[in-house]
This record gives sequence, C-alpha cells and structure tokens, in this order.
Amino acid sequence: MEQPNLSYINNLSGGDKTFEAKLITIIKSEYPEEKAVYIKNIESNNFKEAAENVHKLKHKISILGLEKSYEVANDFEENLKEDRLAGKEDFEIILNTITNFLTTL
Amino acid sequence: MNCIIIDDEATARTIIEQLCTNVSSLNVLESFPNAMQAIKYLNQNEVDLIFLDIHMPDFTGFDFIQALKNPPKIILTTSDAQFAIEAFEYDCIVDYLVKPITLPRFEKSILKAESLASKPIANNSSSENEKTSSINDLYINIDRRLIKIDIPSIYLIEAKGDYINVKTEDKNYTVHSTLKKIEDKLPNDLFLKVHRSFIINVQKIIDIEDNSVLIKKDVIPVSRSNRPELMKRLNLL
Repeated sequence: MEQPNLSYINNLSGGDKTFEAKLITIIKSEYPEEKAVYIKNIESNNFKEAAENVHKLKHKISILGLEKSYEVANDFEENLKEDRLAGKEDFEIILNTITNFLTTL
Repeated sequence: MNCIIIDDEATARTIIEQLCTNVSSLNVLESFPNAMQAIKYLNQNEVDLIFLDIHMPDFTGFDFIQALKNPPKIILTTSDAQFAIEAFEYDCIVDYLVKPITLPRFEKSILKAESLASKPIANNSSSENEKTSSINDLYINIDRRLIKIDIPSIYLIEAKGDYINVKTEDKNYTVHSTLKKIEDKLPNDLFLKVHRSFIINVQKIIDIEDNSVLIKKDVIPVSRSNRPELMKRLNLL
C-alpha cells in the first residue's frame, strides 16, 4: 500500500514554510468534511452524489502523492456513476490511510 | 494580467494562488468558492484571466462560461481530462490544467494566455453569436439553471406538449414553457409563428415550397392562415 507524502506540497512551496503550513491546515480542515459527506451519501445510497464526493477527494489524493490510489478512486467514481459499489473497500482504505497521515502532520 | 480564481475547493484555490505568486505578470484580485459569486463580481469588475474549475456543484464551469456575455480568457482547472474536447468549443478557453497542477505546466499555460492577450475572443466559435445588446439574450430555465441563449442564434422553436424545443446554431434545449410565452419574448421582426406548433427565425429560411419552409434540415409546415404574413416578410424579387 503506497503511503501519502508531501513531495508535491514541498515542490509547490519552493521552501516557503508559511505556505506549506497554511495549505496543510486547509487540507486538514477540508478533508474530514469531504470524507464525512462521502460517507453520508454512501450510507444513504446516493451514489451519484457520492461520485461527486469521490471526484473532489481525488484532488487531495493526488496532492498527497498517491498515484495508484488516484486510479483506484477514478475507477470507483466511474462505478458509482453507474450505481455500482465495486472498489468501495479499496477506496475507503485509501481514505483511512489519508486520515491517519493527516493526524501526523 | 488581473485574474480571479473560481473553485469550490479551498485547497485548490490556495494552490492556484500560490502558483500565481511565481508569475510576476499575474495579479490575483479575488478567489471565489462558486460561480454565482464570481458572476456578481464580474458584473462590476473587469479581469483579464479566470482560473475556472469545471466540476462544481449546481453551476458548472461550462454553465458559468455560457452565462458570460464577454468572457475574458479562461484557463480551466480540473481533476479529469475528460472535458478537454468540450473545452475546445470555446474560444475564450486558452488552456486546460489537470490537477494537481505543477509550476512548469502552470507557467506554460500563462505564457499561452499572454501570447493571446491582444487577440479578441468570443464566447464560442460561432460569429453569429457576437451580439452586444442585452435584448439579444434570452434566459431559459433548465434543471434550475438559467442558461443564456443568444436570440438571433435560435432558428426554430417547436411545441411538444407541455414543453418547447428551442433549436439554436449550437445546441437544442427542451424547456418547460409554451410557444405563446416564448413568442412574447422574441423580436417580431425576426421571428414568426408559421404554424400552431412552430415559430421560425425568418432570417434562417433556406427555401419555401407551397405550404412548408426549409430551415437548416427541418421542413416546417406553414398553416394557411400564417402564409400571407410569411410572404410579407420576404424580400421578393
């Protein structure tokens, strides 16, 4: 299982620690909200809305350098658009990995 | 270039703001979490460039572009490359950035926007849509979105039960309305009801034969009572 990293954020900041801290704070604030909305929609069988949530979460996944996970999320998003749940478990493992990573920052 | 950023994700807005700090020619005026706030801002302010997220709830990036009368240059930002083809339909879109956006790719995009800075742009590829008077616009309600249509681009309106089918040069729209309602909103010199189920744009007529007119590829019946008015409108030799 690949692990999240801050390579993209570090490259983007060019060493600007203030920016890095600001962006991480925003991600730490925004990510749990997006994840909670996703879970709510999945639990309510609102698959189309959940697909929208996965779409938004994909950006966080890619920012944290999770390239393979991005593909998993992409496939899951497409499945949700067709009211299929294939890939849900793998996607939620990714979400939990990110949650754990963010607590370390 | 004065620019604004539109993205419903705070993380994305922050990243684009940071990328802009690396390009001295860019001045970020505002960032908006949704398109409606940006439209209000653009009603009172001019900008040179918009970084626009496509995938937003309620009002997508493409809806936003269609709502602008004179769109500035736009760089689309998205997590998917799947909208790239649709993006090419708009002259105002100068580039398409897939997230996460890297600085080299961002700088390349800005160079492209700057190289196009002196060229005039239209909100789509059809020159017939370059109308300036506000009376040339009609807003129709589709799925709770108000979509702007350039009136002269409409060539045919057909009644279909409780709906009307509005055909334009670029797209067809099915709207919950009546022929009577839309007829009241259209300029009389351009449009004519030729049948109880059809209103046509008389400038788009290709030919007339007996009791029908050809508009684009549509053959439209002309009722006997409406034929004299139609003939009056023609510049007959």
